Amino acid sequence: MNKGLLKYLTTTVLRMVLLLIAATMLSFFLVHNAPMDPVDAFLGEVTVSEEQRAQIAERWGLNKSPAEQYLIWLGNTLRGDMGESRTYHEPVTKVLGERFRASLLLMGTAWILSGVLGVILGIVAGMYKGRWPDRIIKTFSLILASSPVFWIGLLVLMVFAVELQWFPLGLAVPIGKIESEVTWAERLHHLVLPALTLSITGIANIVLHTRQKLIDVLESEYVLFAKARGETLKQLITRHGLRNIALPAVTLQFASISELFGGSVLAERVFSYPGLGSTAVVAGMQADAPLLLGIALFSSLFVFFGNLTANILYGIIDPQIREGGGIDG
Amino acid sequence: MENEVLLEVQHLSVGFESYNARVEKVFFNAITDLNLTVRKGEIVAIVGSSGSGKSLLAHAVMNILPDNARTGGKMYYKGELLTPEVMNRLRGRQIAFIPQSVAFLDPLMQVGDQVVGTLGEKARALQQKAFEHFGLKQSVAQLYPFQLSGGMARRVLLSTSYVAETEMIIADEPTPGLDLKIAIEALKDFRVQADQGKGVILITHDIDLALHVADKIAIFYDGRVVETADTQTFRGDGQGLKHPYSRALFNALPQNGFNLQRCPKCGATCATWNVDEEGMRCGCGDS
Repeated sequence: MNKGLLKYLTTTVLRMVLLLIAATMLSFFLVHNAPMDPVDAFLGEVTVSEEQRAQIAERWGLNKSPAEQYLIWLGNTLRGDMGESRTYHEPVTKVLGERFRASLLLMGTAWILSGVLGVILGIVAGMYKGRWPDRIIKTFSLILASSPVFWIGLLVLMVFAVELQWFPLGLAVPIGKIESEVTWAERLHHLVLPALTLSITGIANIVLHTRQKLIDVLESEYVLFAKARGETLKQLITRHGLRNIALPAVTLQFASISELFGGSVLAERVFSYPGLGSTAVVAGMQADAPLLLGIALFSSLFVFFGNLTANILYGIIDPQIREGGGIDG
Repeated sequence: MENEVLLEVQHLSVGFESYNARVEKVFFNAITDLNLTVRKGEIVAIVGSSGSGKSLLAHAVMNILPDNARTGGKMYYKGELLTPEVMNRLRGRQIAFIPQSVAFLDPLMQVGDQVVGTLGEKARALQQKAFEHFGLKQSVAQLYPFQLSGGMARRVLLSTSYVAETEMIIADEPTPGLDLKIAIEALKDFRVQADQGKGVILITHDIDLALHVADKIAIFYDGRVVETADTQTFRGDGQGLKHPYSRALFNALPQNGFNLQRCPKCGATCATWNVDEEGMRCGCGDS
């Protein structure tokens, strides 16, 4: 057992390292070959002499070969120095930390909301398969699943921010207020629309999967037998349904973290929410290599740990994994 | 004077509706015009080859057929018409069903809890008694279905009917996977329960084992009961049996010398002949 655990840990760490190297390499390759010139993007409208341009390029190491640039970044990162963002003139770690806190609040809310609501709606639909609650939930989910995040975001903005004016148009805090004066109520008020948008897009997937899994469970032979023993629909759901949909639900919930990251880029963009997603867009547009690599590194780690958590939870939920092989007797 | 009738099945038919490749509704008949009577204190064995629809009969009685199944005919339990609503009330309380395989156990629930089912903690003692009765260690209660051998799973399934204490038991192939000693024990157990006044339907493909315990044997072929005969009729060369298929089946038993009639014209064994209500004949046209 301990030997198996050691092997598992070693392969996990090895996989993580390979993933991080691959993700950052790819990001570097893309940003290096992007049509933006980092110096131009940095200077914007400011005009400077050729000499000064060369000095900036020299300072950023742009005259070195791409491989060399990447290796220097890698070496520094391993020592804990992720460089300075060219756009924000602050250390990358500091930018990441600030932006991630805003994003975590947004993604966390959306994640829990879509997970809880998705599973509940999926169970209701599966229970009433083919009847009106199922039809409504299924149609709703299919429409949501086929609509892009930014479009839903725009609709939500038009309805709740422009027409009804219940929520602000964008940003994470009120404009023109000092950071220390912002209250939690104000933060939450700004959070509602982006979190709603982000969870709406994740929810459809979870509803449809949970519904189908519950239908499969309810048609299984063990549920037939439970029925033959006089269990009611409610007992079937609570005794066998929930137990058997837990595993796929957990898988889906943790696998959705990567989609959430992707969705947050669009949702944050629409709502001008200053999180990791919108920062990634800025870093890309400005050819801000250190910041972009930092974000790639960070989001890969985040998604990796999401999947790892799912793997560990399997072992806890599923006795077939937890208790290993059979016992004779 | 015969005992009270528990279950009466009249002209039961079971068919399935499905769609073919051209999205046309097609209907497939699995059971046609089946009649069966089970009295208190009686074991009726339903014997037939695999795939002849024996399990469907059990599922039809328990009202656990899939949604696309269509049934016809009437069933009565103690004289009361068995509508789906009545069956949903009776099952698990008056009629116990013993399914065929470990797939009928929830893969994620400990088998002890499954035997107890929804009967509550008062059934825990019954479960322990059942395990002792069928020779299962008490520690088996904490195992999950995937940890059971075939024989253990079978005994767990038998235990579920043991704790239910119903008036009637429908057992679908309860013996395969058990070694002969436990198989005979399990069958004797049905005998004991029948002698206490229960009615038992024993669905099996093993005519030999059925002959050991059953009072009546219904020979099942292609969705129909071709003949129901008292167990005593199955002796000698089987001349007391009315239908040639029953006789052929009985004569094919090892102790009867594996005798298979052959077609005098083409030589095909009777295992390949066509069977209908009156008799059986070879497909080559000769009788």
